[in-house]
Amino acid sequence: MSKSKEVAKPFDGEHDYDGGLAVIDKNPVQDPGMEPHRVRMTDKSPAHEKAAARQVTALFVFSMISSFLAIVAYFAFPLSHLSLGNVRANTLFLGLGIAFGMLAIGIGAVHWAKTLMPDAEVSEARHQTRGSEEVRARAIEIINLANQESGFSRRKLIRRTLYGALALFPIPGIVLFADLGPLGEEVDAKLRHTAWKKGSRLAKDPYGTPIKASDVTVGSVFHVIPEDLKEYNPDGSLNAEYLNEKAKAAVLLVRVDPIDLNPSKGRENWAYDGIVAYSKICTHVGCPVALYEQHTHHLLCPCHQSTFDLSNECAVVFGPASRALPQLPITVDAEGYLVAQSDFNEPVGPSFWER
Amino acid sequence: MSNTASANNKKGGFLAGTANYLDERVGVAGILKEFGRKVFPDHWSFMLGEVALYSFLVLLLSGTFLTFWFQPAMTPVIYDGVYGPLKGASMSVAYASTLDISFEVRGGLLFRQVHHWSALLFVAAAGLHMLRVFFTGAFRKPREINWVVGFALFVLGMAGGFTGYSLPDDLLSGNGLRIIDGMIKGVPFIGTSISSLLFGGEFPGESIVARLYSLHIMIVPALILVFVAIHLFMVVIHKHTHYSGPGKRDDNVVGYPLMPVYVAKAGGFFFIVFGVIALVAATVTINPVWNYGGYDPSPVSAGTQPDWYIGWLDGALRLAPTHLEFIVGGYTLSLNILIPLVVGVLFLVIVAAYPFLEAWVTGDKREHHVLDRPRNAPTRTAIGAAGVTFYAVLWAGAATDLIATNFKMSLNQVLLSMQIMLIVLPFVAYYVTKRTCLSLQRKDREIVLHGRETGRIIRMPHGEYIEVHEPLDEYEAWKLIDFKDYAPTLARPNAKGKITIRARIRSGLSKFYFEDRVAPVNAIELKAAQDHKELH
Amino acid sequence: MANKSNKKNVRRSPFAAVLVILAGLLISGGGYAAANAVVNANTNVEYTAAQQEEGKRLFAANCASCHGKNAEGTKAAPSLIGVGSASVDFQVGTGRMPGQASGPQLIKKEVQFTEAQTEALAAYVASLAPGPSVPDEKWLATNGDTTRGGELFRINCAMCHNAVGAGGALTEGKFAAELKGVDPKHIYEAMLTGPQNMPVFNDNNLTPQDKQDIISYLKYVENNPSAGGEELANLGPVAEGLFAWIFMLGGIVVITIWLGAKSN
Repeated sequence: MSKSKEVAKPFDGEHDYDGGLAVIDKNPVQDPGMEPHRVRMTDKSPAHEKAAARQVTALFVFSMISSFLAIVAYFAFPLSHLSLGNVRANTLFLGLGIAFGMLAIGIGAVHWAKTLMPDAEVSEARHQTRGSEEVRARAIEIINLANQESGFSRRKLIRRTLYGALALFPIPGIVLFADLGPLGEEVDAKLRHTAWKKGSRLAKDPYGTPIKASDVTVGSVFHVIPEDLKEYNPDGSLNAEYLNEKAKAAVLLVRVDPIDLNPSKGRENWAYDGIVAYSKICTHVGCPVALYEQHTHHLLCPCHQSTFDLSNECAVVFGPASRALPQLPITVDAEGYLVAQSDFNEPVGPSFWER
Repeated sequence: MSNTASANNKKGGFLAGTANYLDERVGVAGILKEFGRKVFPDHWSFMLGEVALYSFLVLLLSGTFLTFWFQPAMTPVIYDGVYGPLKGASMSVAYASTLDISFEVRGGLLFRQVHHWSALLFVAAAGLHMLRVFFTGAFRKPREINWVVGFALFVLGMAGGFTGYSLPDDLLSGNGLRIIDGMIKGVPFIGTSISSLLFGGEFPGESIVARLYSLHIMIVPALILVFVAIHLFMVVIHKHTHYSGPGKRDDNVVGYPLMPVYVAKAGGFFFIVFGVIALVAATVTINPVWNYGGYDPSPVSAGTQPDWYIGWLDGALRLAPTHLEFIVGGYTLSLNILIPLVVGVLFLVIVAAYPFLEAWVTGDKREHHVLDRPRNAPTRTAIGAAGVTFYAVLWAGAATDLIATNFKMSLNQVLLSMQIMLIVLPFVAYYVTKRTCLSLQRKDREIVLHGRETGRIIRMPHGEYIEVHEPLDEYEAWKLIDFKDYAPTLARPNAKGKITIRARIRSGLSKFYFEDRVAPVNAIELKAAQDHKELH
Repeated sequence: MANKSNKKNVRRSPFAAVLVILAGLLISGGGYAAANAVVNANTNVEYTAAQQEEGKRLFAANCASCHGKNAEGTKAAPSLIGVGSASVDFQVGTGRMPGQASGPQLIKKEVQFTEAQTEALAAYVASLAPGPSVPDEKWLATNGDTTRGGELFRINCAMCHNAVGAGGALTEGKFAAELKGVDPKHIYEAMLTGPQNMPVFNDNNLTPQDKQDIISYLKYVENNPSAGGEELANLGPVAEGLFAWIFMLGGIVVITIWLGAKSN
């Protein structure tokens, strides 16, 4: 039987909000109220209750044993400076001990709550988040009082100069960070030049042995750095200066049949007898373009799959890059070693605004 | 007997004494009165936020442990530790200290793995929690601000993870930094300057690890703690939402009291989450930095991907079409970088702003504490499905090369397919989801009015075959009946008699949202169905 | 005095022209050969005439249909003249050859020939023209410098094969193979001969010692599984992310369903 009386709205007696596009049915079905509590086995049967209690206890005991075993494992598998021997065992058993020590507490606590603690749902009243009318009135009263007593709205000059002061005081805090790194001309200059110069010998990455033209056979790829990069790390350590220069100077050297090259005007003598050198730094966002497919003459960058065609001066044929890889003009010196003719004729690596 | 009694007294004495001491100094009695029996509703989907919270606690604990050994310096050093294939190699102090933690500190490798696995879990749980909040409409008034706070936590989680996995200065994360640097450099006007400021000059420089360390152990965790505090404080003020059901209304909350049930369940759940993380960390390798070597700008590994939560941004980079770079007035405009960036930022902005958009369309200013079942808000659910699909395609886009090798497909075809899917699939997902929601709503109506199909066929005396339907009891029925219904509106003229563009847009959106709707069963229909049944 | 006159004699000798022509031929021919030849490690592998005969017979029956009667190549397959015994030992020994001509590249299959037959085929192809040969045993020992090997591997190989040799993608459906379980001899030969789209790493690029170090590194990684536990195929963050979502979060969700369910 449908009741004709109006169903009580939520928050009856509190503020009445606009429901907007909500459709309020005139004859809604009534809320039947909370379901009667369903009794659990552990509520009805003392045997089940005792069993559940035993299970919880057992879990906590298991946790204690596991935590203890974790400590034992820590000492039982010492690590040595000579071999990796016990790392796996130490990690595994220490970890399992800790894991089960934790899991058992958690499962025990949850099991205790589910089976032994009362599971009758209870209802707690909510009140609207907004304050009652008296509270709001009092709040407004306080704000007005504060405004009156300080004269905030009245004293225009004080107020506006206060805003100005608050706006400006944080700015030195931002400016303080300007010394994080160099700015201006120095940045631009470094982006446009690499360690390559006229006569730099091409050398094998990473140990720096120079490369003879005759070493480079068709189908080969050499990973190349300038031989004089050694000046930045005579002791072979990977210091910052060395890595900074290497990050711009890394080059790929391949040899193809000269027929397969199609040099554009002005670059006819940048190759040597089918041997060509290109910057290894991807023009997309700077990963090393290191994959060379010998037969397709494609260079593939593994980060975002930009593909460059060596037989077309490393123009982009696929992927998100746009610019071709810069070419390093090379020739041979008197002893047959491959050398650069000059630095690259454009900045290497990813594009930047001022490029 | 007397022993136990006196022991009890002693215990009672100690506890009572402590309670009294604290009450006289901190007022704990008031706190206990206020919060001790606070009611929390019990549903598994409400625990996802807790998973994120507990993972974060595990991150704090395991991270603190690691700070006692990790050294965030990029000074080169010759490794003389126990891992053979790196002995004698030059590497940064940061990388060397990570190797030492892994191989020469007991529990070091375990806790590195605990730390990294819980980072993955933290962002995953936060994401799944956000999805639950979205699809149940828990972001509606009064929780819009909490949605934005939660969104900020998700982004902070990503930031924390990224700064963290870049700390060991290994080849994989170093290439990730290289990519970030390339992206920054592509930003117009200020890109090269920001890159120089961030790295202290050229890439890679000698400062970035230490700077990321400050961010990772101090700034990001501090921000996360502040936002978590706000997030939880608001849950306390608003109380938790609950699903519709018998006795559950917008002006109450039905569940179990904090003490003892929730202390036991939620407290126990912390140990369970920590235990699961520890179990995985003990048995499954994550981020084996020794395999990658220290960072060097020349080598690179096949299968270079960021951690999963950065994947969608990497995928956006990969899916950008070729040759999207232009010279404009002597300057280089790298749209191949800027478009993915803008798409990413826009996606985040839409996610953050969604509650406000929906509130504007519905115009519903009431407080909502009863959750929607996703099917009962078909357009919202469909929009969410489209958004998830968009994110998922971008995410999958980060793994194009692994998909190609594992499923023996062409890398190029995989990429092309994903570019198409990125545009097409969200629309498909929207349509399919909306139709499915509406169908499910109709099915619910059917069940309320006519009961469940039992599969039993009986023959009536007059020869007709019917299937017996089992009616729902009033409690089950109520769950399917109680949901909010909205209808679209026409564009109405304002006080000046003019129909503004704003009003037109709102009207159009209200149609988009609510034109296709299934209304809840009302009392008249229910009675008619019951009467009809009695005739049979 | 005597030397000077000897020199003068040689230059005026009627054989001078012959010598000059011979020198010219050697320089130009040798130069060309050098540009195309692969300089390789000294090996002590010598094949007998019987092996060459057997190889020729096997070749005619199994390879000539694609590679030509005299291994000169056809539209279906390239010439094998000059590829050396190393190429044959690699391709046949890993089961890539005889090739099935479907797909963007050859894949490893069941090895179809016995070791003796493989040697015979190698002997035959090696007899056609000089080329890279099967390496000496001493370069296959796995006691090389794994640090050097790791560094060289990461610079020259990891971009295709992944940092620990788990394999990787190339364009258009091609791929770089997983290196786990591959015989050191085959690893060496692949570097030396550059099969399919793999570049050639001749002995001036990666010296035999370099190659041995790389092999030692790969075998170290293979024989020393990660101390952190299950390796998830060494696929990196993608595998780790999938694992976290499916097993960790998935498992925890299952636990939460248990946690929230009413007890019996």
